[in-house]
Formats: sequence, structure tokens, C-alpha cells
Amino acid sequence: MSKIFETPLYPYARSKDQDALHPVRRPVVVIGAGPIGLGAAIDLAQQDVPVVVLDDNDKVSFGSRAICFAKRALEITDRLGCGDPLVDRGVVWNLGKVFFDDRQIYDFNLQPETGHKRPAFINLQQYYFEESLVQRVRDLQAEGKPIELRGGNKVSAIGQHDDHVTVEIDTPEGPYNLEADWLIACDGANSPTRRMLGLDFIGRVFEDNFLIADTIMQAEFPTERWFWFDPPFNRGQSALLHKQPDNVWRIDLQLGWDIDKEKEMKPENVIPRLKAMLGEDAKFELEWVSIYTFQCRRMEHFRHGHVLFAGDAAHQVSPFGARGANSGLQDTDNLCWKLKLVMDGLAPESLLDTYDTERVYGADENILNSSRSTDFITPKSDTSRIFRDAVLDLAEQHDFARPLVNSGRLSVPCTYDGSALNGPDCDGLPADLRPGSSARDAPVSDGWLLDQLGNRFQMLAINTDAPDDLSDGGIAIETLRFDQLSPEFARRYLGHAKQAVYLMRPDQHVVARWHAFDRDAVIAALKTATGRGQERSA
Amino acid sequence: MTLNLKPNIKGADDFYAELLALHEGRTKAQSDAINARLILLLANHIGDRAVLRDAMQQAMPADRG
Repeated sequence: MSKIFETPLYPYARSKDQDALHPVRRPVVVIGAGPIGLGAAIDLAQQDVPVVVLDDNDKVSFGSRAICFAKRALEITDRLGCGDPLVDRGVVWNLGKVFFDDRQIYDFNLQPETGHKRPAFINLQQYYFEESLVQRVRDLQAEGKPIELRGGNKVSAIGQHDDHVTVEIDTPEGPYNLEADWLIACDGANSPTRRMLGLDFIGRVFEDNFLIADTIMQAEFPTERWFWFDPPFNRGQSALLHKQPDNVWRIDLQLGWDIDKEKEMKPENVIPRLKAMLGEDAKFELEWVSIYTFQCRRMEHFRHGHVLFAGDAAHQVSPFGARGANSGLQDTDNLCWKLKLVMDGLAPESLLDTYDTERVYGADENILNSSRSTDFITPKSDTSRIFRDAVLDLAEQHDFARPLVNSGRLSVPCTYDGSALNGPDCDGLPADLRPGSSARDAPVSDGWLLDQLGNRFQMLAINTDAPDDLSDGGIAIETLRFDQLSPEFARRYLGHAKQAVYLMRPDQHVVARWHAFDRDAVIAALKTATGRGQERSA
Repeated sequence: MTLNLKPNIKGADDFYAELLALHEGRTKAQSDAINARLILLLANHIGDRAVLRDAMQQAMPADRG
């Protein structure tokens, strides 16, 4: 039986655009059918924005890719209509264990509280993630949504113009050209788009090598994240063990800087390393072996005129913290509603500059966290190693040292503090849901709060009333009323307050909040959140 | 709170002797580890980030430029 990553899911097929006399103009072209490109395309197609996805390949990706999908990314895929197959197939985990030398020093639960539809994390091979998104594309096509996925389409040149982009594409049947009102580049860390436009990608190189082995075995390890500092089987280095579906285990062994990569990747060297970790009698097959190094870096700007960069094409981090694919999905979550408003003429083009500022802010947060994890895992001096080991020693005995242990600060949603799109806050409501935060889930009478949020501006009237018919400049606000609150809902959205009104963005982030409805204040916040705030102060 | 730079330890000589005793007969590596653990324990006890930053500043070598 061939595996999913060996099956062409979107083989090259001739498009009528290739036979046009003049290049056809498309509203949105997405480059790259990875998780981020597919996510962007699904988001836009759901809003009836015609979108074409170009990919030089025709299969889902294989090998050392994303495996940990965080709660926020799952909530985004719920909004994209494909969360269930991911969670059904994924390995759910909340518990992490940390080992030092030959002993466990502590464990942590990433989701200690109840009342969330989605778990803190699932582990799922990226190829399954992509397969579910491709299936969602097919389902949208069956519903008549304007979305196309063109395999075997390799972009060879890009031309930037004031109001559009030209794209030259190579196919097995020769080249053709397209024009796009907007181009979204989701073509990965080595982004050809970025290179073709001559844009920089600056950051810090970490001098270290890691061996990744995706290992197929029957094993009794629990479904937890296990991280070792300086274990007997990999002295002076770190190790990570993580379960994926189909009895595939991700093993990540730090090797150090001065190694012979070719030699270390040979099975006769890999297998003894794995046996030292798993036991001499362990029976396993290798699905994938590779050695990686990493960098923490980003583009200076994610918007360049009518070209928008998202995912690894725009920013790259170390794998510790699962902040790659998870942050990329937050990129397009942020971008697509803004692009739709701009394309519909309901918001100024400058709204897209807030995609740049908000997601650069998110990328910097991820780079900071990822760099700090890496500095803890791989101390850069004798003294930093002494402190690192002191923290690990103390953590075994004392609670106080555990927050200092850093084996990866696992991805949590970005809060856009200080964003120009944020409206007013008010005293007395929980800080976790201040303007800029992503909505927190909670049980509601007929399911989950987050299943009711997104894709439009919404006002939550909690234990108070608000009118239904609000809109401004062609942008409507849907009103949702909540009383009879679950304890989690009350705690997360009200705290000690009796009532509240929240204005939410289409990406489920909080714009502003008040103790009671005030029409002028809500409309002013809507203007601010759609980049039309200057009309008010002018 | 600000960093206390006035004498604050009763029995200064005894404290100093205890500090040295901690390191007696230790290798350099053992002493370095003890010092690191000690700094972390004391830093957590102080807790106040402003005081900790002030102490780090005071611990820096004086500018002889």
C-alpha cells in the first residue's frame, strides 16, 4: 500500500488560463500548498474570494516537518471547517516530562483547566494535516466555492506593479503567465518568492545539529512529551521523544556542532544511538532520518505592495516550542479577513499594513521564546551551562526553579498588545481577554463558544442587551447574547464583573470591551479595527 | 523596594566564614555549581525584578575607562 505522501493528490492538469491569449487576472494567487498556503486559500474561498494555489509539487510533504499542532491552530482549523478530522486522527497530549541525567525532575500539564473544546496540543504528521486541508479544498469545490489547486505549477518569475503582480509559471507543458490582484507567498523557509524579489531574511544562526528520526515501533511509552537534558544515552546533549499516529515516534537527538553529517546519518550510526535510548532489544523501523540545523530570523516586513508573505517564508524559528506551523496559521488567520475587506473596498489598503505590524510582533515573540529555549538547551558558555545545570538540579527539589527550566516554551496564541486596531479596554474585566487577545473558549448552552465566533465582526452581549442592526460603512456586526453562563464562560469573560460587551474581529480576537453597550463607542471601535479610525479624528 | 547597600548581616565574620566553608575542599567545578545554585536560591527569595536588576548592575565590574 502506498503511503499518503507518495500519492499525487493534486497532479498537474492543464488550466484554461494556459490557453488564454493574454495573461488572465486572478483576484488572489497563493504560492505553496503547505499548511499555511492551503489555510489561506480555504479561508478566502469560504468568503467567496476566488483563489488559485500554485505548487511545484503534487503531493503532501514528507519528512522532518511539523508534528505539534497547538490549541490555537486547531481553533483556526475549526473556523476553516477541518478541525475534526485533524483532532480525530491526532494524538492528544497535555502532559510533558523533563528528565536530567538518569532521572525525572518534574512534569507539567499544559491545559490544567476545563471547558475547552480543543486540547493543548495534538501530534500529527504534517502530511496528514495537509491531506485534511486538501480534502477541505475538494469539499469546498464540490460546494461550488471558487478555489483551485494547481500541482506541477512552479513559479519562475514575479513582477511587482502598483496595483497587481505578474507571475510566470513553468509547467510540464511549458510556461504561462498570470496576473494577480494579490499574491500570498507561503513557499517555506527557502521561499523562492522572497529570493526572486531580492528581499532579506536576517537573524541568528545556531551552531548545533539535531538528528531527527521518525521511528515506527510498538512501544509502551505514554503519550507525553519527554525531554532529556544530558541523558546517559546522549551525554552532554539533549533528547526529545514524542508520539505521532500510526506508532510513529519522533526522536530528536542533539549532536553538537562539529560532526560529520554524512556519517551521522548512516543507519549503522543512527541505529546504535536509538538502541542506547530505547534499549538493545527495541524493535523499530526508520520512516525518516535527517540532520537539521536552525536559524531564528524574519523578514523586515511581511507586506511588499501587493505581495504578502506568511509562514516560514516570512519567519523561521527553532523547533523547540512548536512555533513554526502554529504561528504560520495565525498569520493567515490575521491576513485573510483584512484582505477581504480591502478587496471589497470596505477598508483602505493601509489595513494590510497592520497585518505586517501585528504578525511581525507575533514573529518577534516567537523568535524571542525560541532563542531563549535554544540558549537553555544548548548553553553558549561554561557559565551558562553551570547556571543551566543548577536550575535543573534545583528543579528536582524545589518548585521555584521549575519555571526557569526551558525545554521549549510551547506555542500559545499571540496577544496584539498595542496594535493600532485595538479599541478601548475597561477596568474590572479579566486581563487575559484584553483588546488584542484571541477569544478563549468556553462551554455555551449548545456547544462551544468558539464554534460561534469568527468570519465577521461580532458583539458579545454578556448578561446585558444590545441591538441587532449595527453596521458602519457596509461592515455589519452580528450580535450574540449570552446569559445562563457556564462557570468557565463567566470566569473568563466577566471575572468579578456582572456584565460586559465585547467587540470581536473576524479572526476571533478582541477589539474592545465595555461594561455596557454604547452605540457610538462600538461604531468608533469598529472603525478603528478596520483601519478607518482616522475618519473619526480628522 | 530598593537594593540595600548598607550593612544588613548580623555577625558578618561568621557569615563570611560559612560562605567559605561551603567551598572548602571542593573542586572548581563543584564550587561553581554551588555558587550558581546559591544565586538562584537567593534571587528567588528576593523576587523583586527591580532589586535583582539593581544587584546585577552593582555586581558589574566598575567602569575603569
